[in-house]
Amino acid sequence: MSGPLFNWIKEIRDRYAHPGKLAKKGVLGMNRRNISYISRYNPRHLYPLVDDKLQTKQMVLEAGVTAPDLIGVIREQHEVKDLAKLIDGVHGFCIKPAHGSGGKGILVITRNDDDGYHKTNGQLANLGDLERHVSNILAGLFSLGGKADVAIIESLIEFDDCFTGYTYEGVPDTRVIVFKGFPVMAMMRLSTSDSNGKANLHQGAVGVGLDIGDGSALRAVQFDRPVLLHPDTGTNLYTLKVPHWEQLLMLSASCYEMSGLGYLGTDMVLDRQKGPMLLELNARPGLSIQVANGEGLVPRLRQIEALGNKHKMTVAQRVAYAREHFSRKG
Amino acid sequence: MASRKPFYLLVGLLILAGASLSLHRHYTYDIPWLPGEKRQTWSIEAKVEFEASGGEVLASLAIPNTQPGFTQLNQQTASPGYGLAFTERNNGGQRADWSIREASGEQALYYRVDMLLDPYAAPPSPSLPPPLKVSIEKEPYATAGNQLLDRAQERSSTPYTLARELIQEFQVQSQNAELLAQLKPRLNWVVQLLQQAGVPARQVHALFLEDGRRRQELIDYIQVFDGEDYQLFHPETGEQGRPENLLMWEYHSGPVLEVVGGKHSMVTFSMIEQEQPFGVALNQKFSENELLNFSLYTLPLEEQALFKGILLIPVGVLVVVLLRILVGVKTSGTFMPVLIALAFIQTSLMTGLIGFLLIVGMGLLIRSYLSYLNLLLVARISAVIIMVIGMIALFSIVAYKLGLTEGMKVTFFPMIILAWTIERMSILWEEEGPHQVVIQGGGSLMVAILAYLAMNNELIRHLTFNFLGLQLLFMALVLMAGNYTGYRLLELKRFKPMVEEK
Repeated sequence: MSGPLFNWIKEIRDRYAHPGKLAKKGVLGMNRRNISYISRYNPRHLYPLVDDKLQTKQMVLEAGVTAPDLIGVIREQHEVKDLAKLIDGVHGFCIKPAHGSGGKGILVITRNDDDGYHKTNGQLANLGDLERHVSNILAGLFSLGGKADVAIIESLIEFDDCFTGYTYEGVPDTRVIVFKGFPVMAMMRLSTSDSNGKANLHQGAVGVGLDIGDGSALRAVQFDRPVLLHPDTGTNLYTLKVPHWEQLLMLSASCYEMSGLGYLGTDMVLDRQKGPMLLELNARPGLSIQVANGEGLVPRLRQIEALGNKHKMTVAQRVAYAREHFSRKG
Repeated sequence: MASRKPFYLLVGLLILAGASLSLHRHYTYDIPWLPGEKRQTWSIEAKVEFEASGGEVLASLAIPNTQPGFTQLNQQTASPGYGLAFTERNNGGQRADWSIREASGEQALYYRVDMLLDPYAAPPSPSLPPPLKVSIEKEPYATAGNQLLDRAQERSSTPYTLARELIQEFQVQSQNAELLAQLKPRLNWVVQLLQQAGVPARQVHALFLEDGRRRQELIDYIQVFDGEDYQLFHPETGEQGRPENLLMWEYHSGPVLEVVGGKHSMVTFSMIEQEQPFGVALNQKFSENELLNFSLYTLPLEEQALFKGILLIPVGVLVVVLLRILVGVKTSGTFMPVLIALAFIQTSLMTGLIGFLLIVGMGLLIRSYLSYLNLLLVARISAVIIMVIGMIALFSIVAYKLGLTEGMKVTFFPMIILAWTIERMSILWEEEGPHQVVIQGGGSLMVAILAYLAMNNELIRHLTFNFLGLQLLFMALVLMAGNYTGYRLLELKRFKPMVEEK
């Protein structure tokens, strides 16, 4: 039993997982996510709330959820001149398009001094560069379909030192999938030199699966492959533990009531002073979180669905339920 | 969970409707499943000859129409100096009428008709039985005829069996037959006796089609009616049914040829058999057809060509849907590959690919310079469009100067789409690096090539154009794909690390 065909089949078996095995593991696929979860639990009319970061921001501020401060909004091309006035005296800030997707068009300035504005990757930018970036946002360069957009300027989070060494440039953020108000799975996204300081896994950021029970690391992956150490800093990723874990879960779980979306990705950061802060919401959260956790989402989602809608649970009850049932440390 | 029953019902209905429409077209209109099938057509030429007596001449020839087994495609005449009219008589018979004010000497008029051998031919009007007429014969012929008829009636039950038995009886009772033959030919007797028995029947003039025959003459058959139906009977043997290749020429109780103002008139036939691609044959068949026939063949040729292209788009779209949902290929712009594939159809694959890569590659180079100019998006896209047009013009001219006429075809590319492709790729390059550009650009090109291969397939082109029902099947497939919750092929690779451990 050998020959080119046999080798070819063997190679296929080496490179591709058997769908049955994936299903057994409860891995959620893109099609199923779209049909069975997103389109079923996320009412279409609520999408603008999360797709438009300005609306999200206003909703978050009204709900009193902790989030970065809004410095200003630039809606029209002629307002671009006012950018200098808006950011005058602000130490660090970030400019983002209201309709950006996949982290596109987010410009983070960590500090400004006489040299100019310092970007996260250490490069310098001048006011002209910032204005050009804002014009690009307004023209719709980063929005889906090239629709005209608005630029949001937010104050920068003074992120907690507890993650120093775990990340290379960029802000480490915590993604929690919230299903019907229950935090079902979490991971931390750490930027690397491969990802250019961005926290998107497909760009090369490291994903660390977090235990829902206590926020400690379960597993770490880069480019979908398990890693032990951070590729740039060499820190052991398995020692990672997110502080204020309960508070963070409460914050993410409360986004269910606030947004009305049943299947939600919440992105959070830890601020030195204010603790967990909501950065943004995502109505179509990606699937890499499963790879980072080494576990499929389907069994947990099924478990929540099986609970039914009979008893209304409070945020605290839901978090407690999730910590009890979805913890993998024991 | 919402019930999926209506969904499956809809898909089921679409499949059923699509399949039955296609089968209907195949079986009713005889449209083959495979392209390139040939259809037999007969070109038959009737030559009318007579001696004109020097004055006005009116010649009227019976001509065949679409009838079971044959569809009339087109007809033409050659008759110098004669006026011509195609007329229809009250009994439904078609005739060609020639007329001229003055003619003398030998005259020859030609009439040519193309008949498609067509098992599914639909005659424009049903064949009407002739009115019954009973003629009284003098003795002893009446008694002889009645004897024959009585014997035949004893052994028959239906009009057809009566006709068969009657013809047989003429052979059995040879004395009676001979007696009758003294008065008029046997065929006329058979018709007359059938009429007498209340069975409508008539003599028809038919033509045996044999390839390459010349100066053939019409032969006689007996057409016997049973209500709306009829059968042909051979007047000598009593054989029932229309032999293959028998074309009825005159079947409306009229004369084959009438000539006023001439003598010694006769008509002879020559014929050839032709093989035509079925498309040509169908074009002719449907060219002058009625409304109820819902076919693209009724459109003018130019619109037909247009629809050939339009009806292929669902095939391309289906390819994109399957590749994105089942495989998970990333493309830049959802249906951009279909448009590129449509351009490939015009340019041929290799020329198209080279042209596409050249234009997008050059475009990316120039676009990277445009980034430095810090332009607003709309202006930048517009600049890219103008740039693309410039490049297309440049490539065309260079290709022409070098004698590469193939290169001229780059003009078939959709320019706006190219401009957006360049813009998207350029942004992708800036944001995620050349790696992603290769992945997404390659993905789009791969999908475009697959869509092209599907859309350029002779079989698929044939099927989509001839079977509109397939569009419903495509619809059903797309709907089903939209309901697919399984893994994508590329996800099997992506999630492979998850099942490797332990």
